[in-house]
Amino acid sequence: MFTMTKNVVRNLLTKSATRLYPFDVREPFEGYRGRLDNRIEDCIFCKTCQVKCPSQCITVDAKAGTWDCDPFACVYCAICVDHCPVKCLFMDNTHRKPSAEREMIHLQGTPKKKKTPAAKAAPAQDAAPASPAPEGEAAAPQAPETPSGDTK
Amino acid sequence: MARTILPFGPQHPVLPEPLHLKLVVEDEIVLEAVPALGYVHRGLEKLCEVRDVNQMIQVVERVCGICSCLHAVCYCQGIEALLSLDVPPRAKYLRVIWGELHRMHSHLLWLGLFADAFGFESLFMQCWKVRERIMDIMEATCGNRVVVSVNVIGGVRRDLSPEQCSWILEQLAIAEKDVKRLQSTLLTDYTVCKRTKGKGVLTGEQAYQLGAAGPTLRGSGVAQDARQENYAAYGGLEFAPVTEPDGDSYARSAVRFRETLQSIDLVRQAIARMPGGEIAVTTKARPQGEVTMRVEQPRGELFYYIKADGTKNLDRVRIRTPTFANIPPLLAMLPGIELADVPVVVLSIDPCISCTER
Repeated sequence: MFTMTKNVVRNLLTKSATRLYPFDVREPFEGYRGRLDNRIEDCIFCKTCQVKCPSQCITVDAKAGTWDCDPFACVYCAICVDHCPVKCLFMDNTHRKPSAEREMIHLQGTPKKKKTPAAKAAPAQDAAPASPAPEGEAAAPQAPETPSGDTK
Repeated sequence: MARTILPFGPQHPVLPEPLHLKLVVEDEIVLEAVPALGYVHRGLEKLCEVRDVNQMIQVVERVCGICSCLHAVCYCQGIEALLSLDVPPRAKYLRVIWGELHRMHSHLLWLGLFADAFGFESLFMQCWKVRERIMDIMEATCGNRVVVSVNVIGGVRRDLSPEQCSWILEQLAIAEKDVKRLQSTLLTDYTVCKRTKGKGVLTGEQAYQLGAAGPTLRGSGVAQDARQENYAAYGGLEFAPVTEPDGDSYARSAVRFRETLQSIDLVRQAIARMPGGEIAVTTKARPQGEVTMRVEQPRGELFYYIKADGTKNLDRVRIRTPTFANIPPLLAMLPGIELADVPVVVLSIDPCISCTER
């Protein structure tokens, strides 16, 4: 009948199984998916993270060079981190602090540089004697935009 | 006393789930129970029309937090069957390891809640203390405690290093010792036996006829387990379904207790037999056709029907969870018991109403 008594006595005599949480915090595990962040200086604003995100909490504006994330909608699955082509996204292993107000992560980076008309014109002039070349050169600067258009 | 209709739930101090039952009682003896569902419907199945095939993994994981990994395994296996993908053997073993860890933490959580239902607070805390170790294993290996998000179509996302494997085995040895320490209390204590033995009896034939699943079915002596179908890597592991003959609340809790120890054994076997190699294969193909898939959740058999039309979205995802199968047996258990035993008997099927309503 007193099968639990041994356990109870052991618990009374041994150290507490719990921590005084806010004062005593455990070291986080290495691979813990705690908080999503972006090294914005490396970001190429390709929108892969925006497309792959299951909760659709990431918004990328390639023209303005902004990367926004709603941490309250994020499900911490790290799918975006897996798919990031330049590996600028990462998960920090400390979790976000509780907040009484809604907040957004708003990061401003340098938007992708478009080739200026002058830069386009220079190789075009060089290649002018060969007749089909100018068309080919004119189409080339638009090429980087095409993948981002597809991923939408 | 005349017949009275008593509303039980949807919020009840001992039930963590919003299940509403209309109980017809006479002199505190239940004569009939009528269920009412629909409090936590979230429309997750409808989301498959908006989210693409890969994003749906994260959606189905959220059908139920406690068995998130197994929902993802079932869904991914369904899509892999449609795409005729060969999953690497290592990924199959990793799925077994995380699936069994989920079963362990679900059973320990339930054993704690069950103890809490008949007022055994100390036992409740002990069960959850053991469970915390399992949660730590998942946090260290998957990156999250509950919704682990490790499954992808074609395999898994994370691998286990040899150091992690030996650490898991160490932790499981401690957990096993702790679980066994609770054995005498859970299975022989006077209070526990008094509140559970002979309450909510379901015979083996009734359980089979009413379509019970999981520990509810095995607690009535029917040795049926979806893991016997050898999905994932279960074909390479040795196990036999845990059964108890009595069919009462005690038998169902004993099945869950013994399954916890069985899961520890299965993780050990899986780690010992895990082959090397790739953990995932990738494909860009889009699924087409329809498929049904079954896996064994902690609560019982989980059933998925997936219909795909070759676009990036699925046509239809139908999920039948074990609690849905266990509601008719529950209604057969309730008549004839005392009102005070209703929470214990309802909890003995491990109801997950969020699962049932999705």
